[in-house]
Amino acid sequence: MKMLKMFNTDTMPYGTLTPNWITGMHTTDAGSFHRITGIWSFADYIGQIRARVSSYRMRYNVKPGIYALGAPDESSLVFVTANYKLSFDILRRELKNMSAWILVLDTAGINVWCAAGKGTFGTAELISRITLAGLEKIITHKRIILPQLGAVGVRAFEVRKATGFRIFFGPVSARDIPGYLENNLKATTEMRRIRFSMFDRLVLTPMEINPVMVKRFPVFALAVLIVFGLQPEGIIFHKAISEGWGTLVLGFTSVIAGAFVTPLLLPFVPFRAFSVKGWLVGLIMTLAFLLSGVIPVNGNFLVSASFLFFPAASSYIALQFTGSTTFTGISGVKKELKFALPLYISAAGISVLLIIMHKLTEWGII
Amino acid sequence: MKYLKNITSLRLYQDRCTGCRRCIEVCPHAVFGFKDKKAFITDADLCMECGACSLNCEYDAIYVDAGVGCAAAVIHSMIYGGEPNCDCSDSSDKNCC
Repeated sequence: MKMLKMFNTDTMPYGTLTPNWITGMHTTDAGSFHRITGIWSFADYIGQIRARVSSYRMRYNVKPGIYALGAPDESSLVFVTANYKLSFDILRRELKNMSAWILVLDTAGINVWCAAGKGTFGTAELISRITLAGLEKIITHKRIILPQLGAVGVRAFEVRKATGFRIFFGPVSARDIPGYLENNLKATTEMRRIRFSMFDRLVLTPMEINPVMVKRFPVFALAVLIVFGLQPEGIIFHKAISEGWGTLVLGFTSVIAGAFVTPLLLPFVPFRAFSVKGWLVGLIMTLAFLLSGVIPVNGNFLVSASFLFFPAASSYIALQFTGSTTFTGISGVKKELKFALPLYISAAGISVLLIIMHKLTEWGII
Repeated sequence: MKYLKNITSLRLYQDRCTGCRRCIEVCPHAVFGFKDKKAFITDADLCMECGACSLNCEYDAIYVDAGVGCAAAVIHSMIYGGEPNCDCSDSSDKNCC
């Protein structure tokens, strides 16, 4: 405990128990700070992959406070970021050839843009971190650089009134920081625009597929197996598999249609509404499977239910992708939901009725 | 890429604009242009209603009903009430942003 007390936790958040990206101590007239490296270790690369594909992202954070990258002094620039470790890692990687201060806000481990939307990457938190770190003693100038997307949560003129520090909104993407600095802290129009490339969309798809497959698909699969196994004499296991697997394949196809194909081909799928895009892709994929004849989905009732349900499921899943894009607004999402939700509920309800009809026919009741 | 047409709640009151260019600086979709010492809206369909411009406008010249363009958040607020937000990470759903 005595050792811990030697450290100011606002300027040296980790005390003596330092992670591998902290390479030592940096001391200036203002005090001692963790010195960090801009070079990624193997663990940083593995961490990035885990954070991108799983809920590991929720625990992937760094402690808020101020860090010294390289050997900064009182005239060095200050960059502000979130305490999601991937945000922090990308920033230090892009700055690795320079000396700078990095001020990490407490955003509960959430990235800059999402946190700014929630207000945790916000005016109050920034003012409080500037004060806690004693920034006015660490640097002699009055400029701090924020990622542009932080502007959703930070009111620059209020921070200036409260602390005297003048906020410069840097480029959207950390990779443009070197160009931004060369350009005397002026971002070009291109640096100010957020893009959404096919690669950007691709890296988001695991977290579209993963939650549906973990939470929704097992329930769907169980229901399908019960329905197809259900016979007048009880639930017949081999019937559940032999007759149900085609429907399971269609179900999985609708997940892929809505959570992978639609996001990836987003600008190439016609219409602007995500629900329509997802429905269209789902319909084409359902159609392709049913026409190919490789899967056992037989009977008019069952085929009708498939055409009703799976494109709708794909549409619903594709609509969820609005939460991951860089260009959808809340007014549009509300409008889409207003017409899409009743249709989803109707499609699901009628599908259930059709399945009941299918079973009654199968048993020779009607 | 653009989302739905004629849907954004973005409004610019040019009479209050002082030409400080902060909105141009913070907008991630280049919605604002600059002409005759004032900002103007180039293409409102580009707006995603993030709210960065209105939050950072010192002169209250911009209005936007800001929020998250996320279907999961909107559905969540329909069922449980409250404003739609990215708060799913705080609840039991640990798979969200």
